[in-house]
Amino acid sequence: MRRALTALLRKEFLQIRRDPVILRMLLVMPMIQLIVLANAATFEVKQSRLWVVDQDRSSVSHGLVERFTATGRFVVSGHSVVTPPAQAAMDDGTTDAILVIPRDFARDLSTGGAAGGATVQLILNAENGSQAGVTQGYGAEIIARYADELAQARLASAGGARPVRGRAVVEARGRGWFNPSLDYRHFMVPGVLVQLVVLVGTLMTALNIVREKEAGTLDSLNVTPLRPAVFIAAKLIPLWLIGLFEFAMGLVIATQLFGVPFEGSLALLMGAAGVFLIGALGIGLWISTVSETQQQAVFVTFSLLMVYILMSGLFTPVRGMPEWVRAVAQLNPMMHFIALVRAVMLRGAGVAEVARQLLALTALGASILALAVSRYRKRAA
Amino acid sequence: MMRTSPANAARDTHAPTGHGAQATLAALRAFVRKELRHLLRDRQTLGILLLLPVAQLLLFGFAVRTDIREVRVAVVVPGPDAAVAALESRLAHSGRFSIVPGVRDERALEQRFARGGVDVGILLPARPADRLGSGLPLEVQVVTDASDPNTGTTMQNYALAALRDWQASLGVRPGVAPIALRTRLQYNPTLESVNLFVPGLIALILTLVTALMTAISLSREKERGTFEVLLVSPLHPWQIIVGKVLPYLGLAFANVVTVLLVAWGVFGVPFAGSLVLLLAASTLFSLVSLALGVLIAAVTSSQLAAMLAALGGTMLPSTMLSGLIFPIASLPAPLQVVSHIVPARWFIEIVRGVMLKGVGLGVLWPQHLVLVAMLVALLAIAIRKTNVRLG
Repeated sequence: MRRALTALLRKEFLQIRRDPVILRMLLVMPMIQLIVLANAATFEVKQSRLWVVDQDRSSVSHGLVERFTATGRFVVSGHSVVTPPAQAAMDDGTTDAILVIPRDFARDLSTGGAAGGATVQLILNAENGSQAGVTQGYGAEIIARYADELAQARLASAGGARPVRGRAVVEARGRGWFNPSLDYRHFMVPGVLVQLVVLVGTLMTALNIVREKEAGTLDSLNVTPLRPAVFIAAKLIPLWLIGLFEFAMGLVIATQLFGVPFEGSLALLMGAAGVFLIGALGIGLWISTVSETQQQAVFVTFSLLMVYILMSGLFTPVRGMPEWVRAVAQLNPMMHFIALVRAVMLRGAGVAEVARQLLALTALGASILALAVSRYRKRAA
Repeated sequence: MMRTSPANAARDTHAPTGHGAQATLAALRAFVRKELRHLLRDRQTLGILLLLPVAQLLLFGFAVRTDIREVRVAVVVPGPDAAVAALESRLAHSGRFSIVPGVRDERALEQRFARGGVDVGILLPARPADRLGSGLPLEVQVVTDASDPNTGTTMQNYALAALRDWQASLGVRPGVAPIALRTRLQYNPTLESVNLFVPGLIALILTLVTALMTAISLSREKERGTFEVLLVSPLHPWQIIVGKVLPYLGLAFANVVTVLLVAWGVFGVPFAGSLVLLLAASTLFSLVSLALGVLIAAVTSSQLAAMLAALGGTMLPSTMLSGLIFPIASLPAPLQVVSHIVPARWFIEIVRGVMLKGVGLGVLWPQHLVLVAMLVALLAIAIRKTNVRLG
């Protein structure tokens, strides 16, 4: 039995090595994708185009616009005194935000106005909600700071006759841990890497077996005394090794090319990857049992992976999802693995901190593989 | 299985009809019928192709949220007092934060962060109420888990806004905030993620059904040798392509209609513009993708290679470089340039414009023009490549 396994393994490796398409698919494409995707996958809002509708045209309103551009977060895309041109610019997509400063802005500021203060309006293109949210946050911050600045100036000119209590300040400063440079790629690269390894592992396993089915060679194998377990092992072991190799290569690119910090233990990460890959390959095996043609295998893989990826927290935080989705997502090995990779790489988490994910990965991997193997056996018998 | 072999089907109908335009048309009709039968016979693939879009849309609509709902915040202060209690109750009642109690110092906060149990830490010096009372400035640090920068920035903004409210309520600095900010979120006032994703999803589904399917289906015939048989049949190369493409075009159209119905019926996605324009643009985009699929099949030799090329050449750019999930403005400059040759980018602009902004051809004509130009160019290349194979 061992000899049969070695012979089959040698055949599999030979086949993979000889086929330039497979080699390219396994090694070159994922790395190119990692490099491109890591650069593309960003929600970061670097700069928003701001159309200024300044109906006040006072030194105070000019000051406000200046504060907006001084941060570098906003760049003025146009000026007008009325709103229609601004609206048109937003419709054809040449501006992201409109700042409307009403006519009595400066007067309201000094007299208190009807509502006890002045008002400005910020209109945001909210097609992309999260982007609009971030822009809104920046805008609100700039306006609040400007208001503080004006209030302070007024206090000073009033001669400091105010009570001492009035001058006490709450000075709030923000600080981001684990990714102080706020580089989106540090967050995305580990996730994208996981996605690529899953895609290649699952798809290759499914296609590899279905291809033999389509060519009729699977039937030939089934009439030999070969046991299904040996056949499966011979199919999965090479892909498991390739998957691990790919993951390691991706880690090199992530740390060397993108400068993603690596705070935790490499052994822990590779061990977890090995466990996780068993589940990913198991799914591929299962897909091969339900598909008759390569075309079908591709579509089943895609429909499954789509659900997987969307529910993995790769692009959108799992915590934002409704309760029932979060419950279902617990069955998604990819979710646990992405959480683990990010925790180990960015936050330097050790075995104790990621014990829950490790357990989940082991349990899920074992049950998926068992399910797929038993289904394969039934089909082969 | 091979009873209705493609070559036979084509030749059978061709023989009795004679020559001329009528014959060409009859041959084409027979060929289209054969292709349709191929598509309808594979129940599993067909089922997936019809259900996948709906499943995806439901998933996008229910599961994918880019907004942040509950921020877990820890107020870290050596000696809590009345001011701290006021801050905590203010945070708890804002509906945005939930308080994580019992984090005493920065070390403890660090541990909580590593386990992912806290999102924001607000660090205050000892006895803030006394400090403020004696007129000393109070230095507050807002620490966020910024491993996800966007979420981190947003949470920080929430926390800073809450601190401003708190400061105002303490009565420090009278007349704070003399400028009130009113915000209007245009095109998507409720910030529903589904409104953003529906247009992109239509593009993705269309690419999947048209480009990927056509490429695989054509290269399958090549792999089996039946394509050679087709080429020596009386059918013109363009007829073969049209026959291959038409059933998928119909399928793509059905998909668009289903997705729109679910988007509108289940999620109440607004529909501001013209339905006719949207359907016309979808057809145009499907044609571009189909031409791309034909081209891919023409230049590859196996199903696997065709699939790879279709994935790398259409699916990936359509997802990553089209503004579907990630805004184009956030891409690095070289990738922004590349995004111009991705058809999905233009199509998504059209769909978002029509559905969310309610604009028409007056604004969106450049996008349509680009798609038409792409279609002409791709068709010319695809037909030429297929012709070369014949010779």
